[in-house]
Amino acid sequence: MTALLTTGPAATVEPAARRRGGGILHSVLRNRKALTGLVLFVIFVVLAAVPQLFTSVADPNKLAFAPALPPSGEHLLGTTALGQDIWAQLVYGTRQSLVIALVAGFFATVLSVLVGVSAAYLGGLADEILSMITNVFLIIPTFPLIIILATYAGKGTLMVVLIVLVITGWSYGANQLRAQALSLRNRDFLESARVRGERSSYIIVAEMLPTMTSLIVANFLGAALYSVLTAAGLQFLGLGDPNSISWGTMLYWSQNQQALQSGMPLWSIAPGLCVAALGVSFALLNYAFDEISNPALRPVRRRRDRRIASPA
Amino acid sequence: MAELLHTRGLSRHFKVGGTFSGKRLHAVDDVDLTINTREIVALVGESGSGKSTIARLLARVYKPTAGEIIYQGRSLETLRHRKDLLAYRGDVPMVFQDPFSSLNPAYRVKHGILRGLVLHRPDLNAAQRHAEAVRVVDAVGLHPAADILERFPYQLSGGQRQRIGFAQALAYRPKLIIADEPVSMLDVSIRIGLLNVMAALREDEGVSILYITHDIASARYLSDRIAVMYGGHIVETGPTEAVLSDPKHPYTQLLLSAVPDPRAPLNTEAIADRGEPPRVVDPAPGCRFRARCPLAIERCGVQTPVLRELGPAHHAACHVAVAEDLSRA
Amino acid sequence: MTDESPALLSIRGLRVEYATADDPVIAVDDVSFDVGKGEFVGVVGESGCGKSTMLFALARLLSPPAEITGGSVEFRGENLVTMTEKQLNVLRWRDFSVVMQSAMNALNPVASIGAQFADAIAAHAKYSKAQVAERSVEVLRLVGIDPIHLKSYPHQLSGGMRQRAMIAMALLFTPDLVIMDEPTSALDVVAQRALMIQIRELQARLGFAVIFVTHDMSLVSHFSDQLLVMYAGQVVEAGPTRTVFDDPAHPYSRGLLDAFPSIRGPRVPLTGIPGSPPDLARPPIGCRFEPRCPVAVADCATTRPALYSVGPARSRCLLNAPASDTASTLASPREETQHG
Repeated sequence: MTALLTTGPAATVEPAARRRGGGILHSVLRNRKALTGLVLFVIFVVLAAVPQLFTSVADPNKLAFAPALPPSGEHLLGTTALGQDIWAQLVYGTRQSLVIALVAGFFATVLSVLVGVSAAYLGGLADEILSMITNVFLIIPTFPLIIILATYAGKGTLMVVLIVLVITGWSYGANQLRAQALSLRNRDFLESARVRGERSSYIIVAEMLPTMTSLIVANFLGAALYSVLTAAGLQFLGLGDPNSISWGTMLYWSQNQQALQSGMPLWSIAPGLCVAALGVSFALLNYAFDEISNPALRPVRRRRDRRIASPA
Repeated sequence: MAELLHTRGLSRHFKVGGTFSGKRLHAVDDVDLTINTREIVALVGESGSGKSTIARLLARVYKPTAGEIIYQGRSLETLRHRKDLLAYRGDVPMVFQDPFSSLNPAYRVKHGILRGLVLHRPDLNAAQRHAEAVRVVDAVGLHPAADILERFPYQLSGGQRQRIGFAQALAYRPKLIIADEPVSMLDVSIRIGLLNVMAALREDEGVSILYITHDIASARYLSDRIAVMYGGHIVETGPTEAVLSDPKHPYTQLLLSAVPDPRAPLNTEAIADRGEPPRVVDPAPGCRFRARCPLAIERCGVQTPVLRELGPAHHAACHVAVAEDLSRA
Repeated sequence: MTDESPALLSIRGLRVEYATADDPVIAVDDVSFDVGKGEFVGVVGESGCGKSTMLFALARLLSPPAEITGGSVEFRGENLVTMTEKQLNVLRWRDFSVVMQSAMNALNPVASIGAQFADAIAAHAKYSKAQVAERSVEVLRLVGIDPIHLKSYPHQLSGGMRQRAMIAMALLFTPDLVIMDEPTSALDVVAQRALMIQIRELQARLGFAVIFVTHDMSLVSHFSDQLLVMYAGQVVEAGPTRTVFDDPAHPYSRGLLDAFPSIRGPRVPLTGIPGSPPDLARPPIGCRFEPRCPVAVADCATTRPALYSVGPARSRCLLNAPASDTASTLASPREETQHG
């Protein structure tokens, strides 16, 4: 009952600030969580795009330096047990981690949308079958599956990692999207489209999906987060390509060389922190997106219960 | 005035009670309804009476379980090709009840109108479609039409959105608009405006309207003929003034006595009826109103009454009413 | 309102604001009225007029971002607005209770009616199990429900019965005041009428007062003693029901009454009230109804009308203002503040 009063506007057109596109950027900038997440994300994107601006080392994997050096002006984070510059590896490793997150996240989301929304809209037997498939994938313990798949595929290349992530990452989102699509299914504007004579495929793609964008984006961010963390885990276990440059591989090698015990803690800690930081940026963006698209979730500042004196 | 559409023995049942139960909910049973050209027919009933189901049957959202719908002399069963069905949908569009969910929030309001034109009037080019969109938005009383078309639904009030719903229907050049409780969710002061729009559509565009509502007073204001539904059956039908001034069916009488009219004193003699409309699952034969009817006789529990003519074009489905009429002759 | 006995509930200058990112929105602006013992007060208005917000403010049920920022609500001499939750809990349900709009939303779907009654009792008093059972049966009988339904779940009851169960729950401690927020809107017209008659009968028997909020003016026409008409957060007309119906002083009340087509009498074309209520985030400087008013004059757009006396009623319309220059308001006094 504390519904805010919204009333019809007069005949004048709404000011431009209320228009959809501009509105989102504005909301993001005002929301602290969104801003933090966005800033973090942008930092990583810049690192991935132009790594050469941040380190003079051209090939981070080359064993070019003295091993196990402590942090110094020349090597910001020191060197690995094999003589590689840790900071350079970190910077160049950003690219692979980011690519994994975005690409795996994207394809997992596409699969979630296809399966989830179709299941909801088509209903009946199609829904039963698709839901069953979704639930099977959901229940399968992910890490054992990942390990099996990755081992079966042989030496893990980037492609293998991506495929594994997509296969294991789509089902959760599919359930969520199906639930939301189900609640939308009987909204009058969809029935209106049916009564208008539109085809089912048109209704799903052109009428339903545009109203689900916030959940789809949230799904994407969630899938990206999942991919970042799981990829790091996979690579840490050695199921990735140990010769590639990524944070996960750094974790593999540093563990392999017992970095923490041997006085090179930064070799383990730095990539770990980066994985966490990228994950955090996705998580923050995810929360923030929820709050922006659903005002009911916005934090309400509780005012102190003011004592009102009755008028004389 | 010619006949546009009529139904014969129209029924629609739904499965209830789980996948393996054989129970059937009789939402609509054995309905004979006629709608003529240039006519507004009100379908009045409480929630659960089946009136919304009839709307969806006529709009081909549901297929009938039994009976048929004859449109312009052809049964709807004969419409097999997508083209024929599309043509029917263009002739008989539907306007929905809830202004807050009947327009897709992701698009400007012109989206629905333009899509409708693309589907149902393919002879128009883009410029002509836009002009037509402006024309129909204007016809429902929204000005300036070109501006309104560019707005998003959240920028319009409930009343304005319902008018857009009518504009969408109007764009097809329809013969019959099925309006499913179009004003129930609007503020009282706005309802009249929309009812006047509907009356104007009948006058200026020659469109018939099936006005579905639970509010008898607005039905009286707008309609030429009225049909009263109870428990999936039509219990009374006839010219609006005749039915409301001389209701033959006890349910119609009960409805009328319950409508509050601030200008008239409270009728304390009217029975404070405590009953509720039934949920008709696997019904036995007999009148569905008998449990609440003060005039019920034994025959009412045994034989389902059918609509009989009790006055000029005035029909009621009641065993007792027939007896009353004869005695009055 | 009689002068003989002090009013049961006395509201003066009540003001409720919603905090927003920009300036606060004033959802209820300077509402004042009295409720006498056993009186039935109807509050009517359309969506956005603030009637439900006002009701919730009365019962101290508002939560942020809504907040009471002015005025007083004197219930038997004590100001509810300044009370703490602890003090309010002593009064809640025993001295005043609330019936919500949609019983299906207000009743717990997974608890039986009897269990919910027991919960309500336990929250406000210490009764033995026998006493709880006895009282529950008593209130159900009062509203005409077979006590066997104490074991029923809400979904097993019909809409009308659920609503009556809510009323029974509100009467558990025979409070002096029952506040009802559109209790009939989910019911069909026959059940609505039955419920209204029932409420009136209960009032006659138990002597409680009722504040009844609804958007359906005609519904309360036969049942309320006093009628308040609200628009855009303000009371625009108040007075004895028959007076307001037979001779409405405010153009909005007139328009509203005219917007109900009659089922008896001649069929006449009506116009309703075209337009929409104002955006309360940017309220008009003058009279809030002026943009839609068929009889507005030049002053209406710039002058904020107060509540002026019109016979036994009051109306917030400049056309009802007394002829003198210093418009002496005979209704409740308040500070004239200019809003930008």
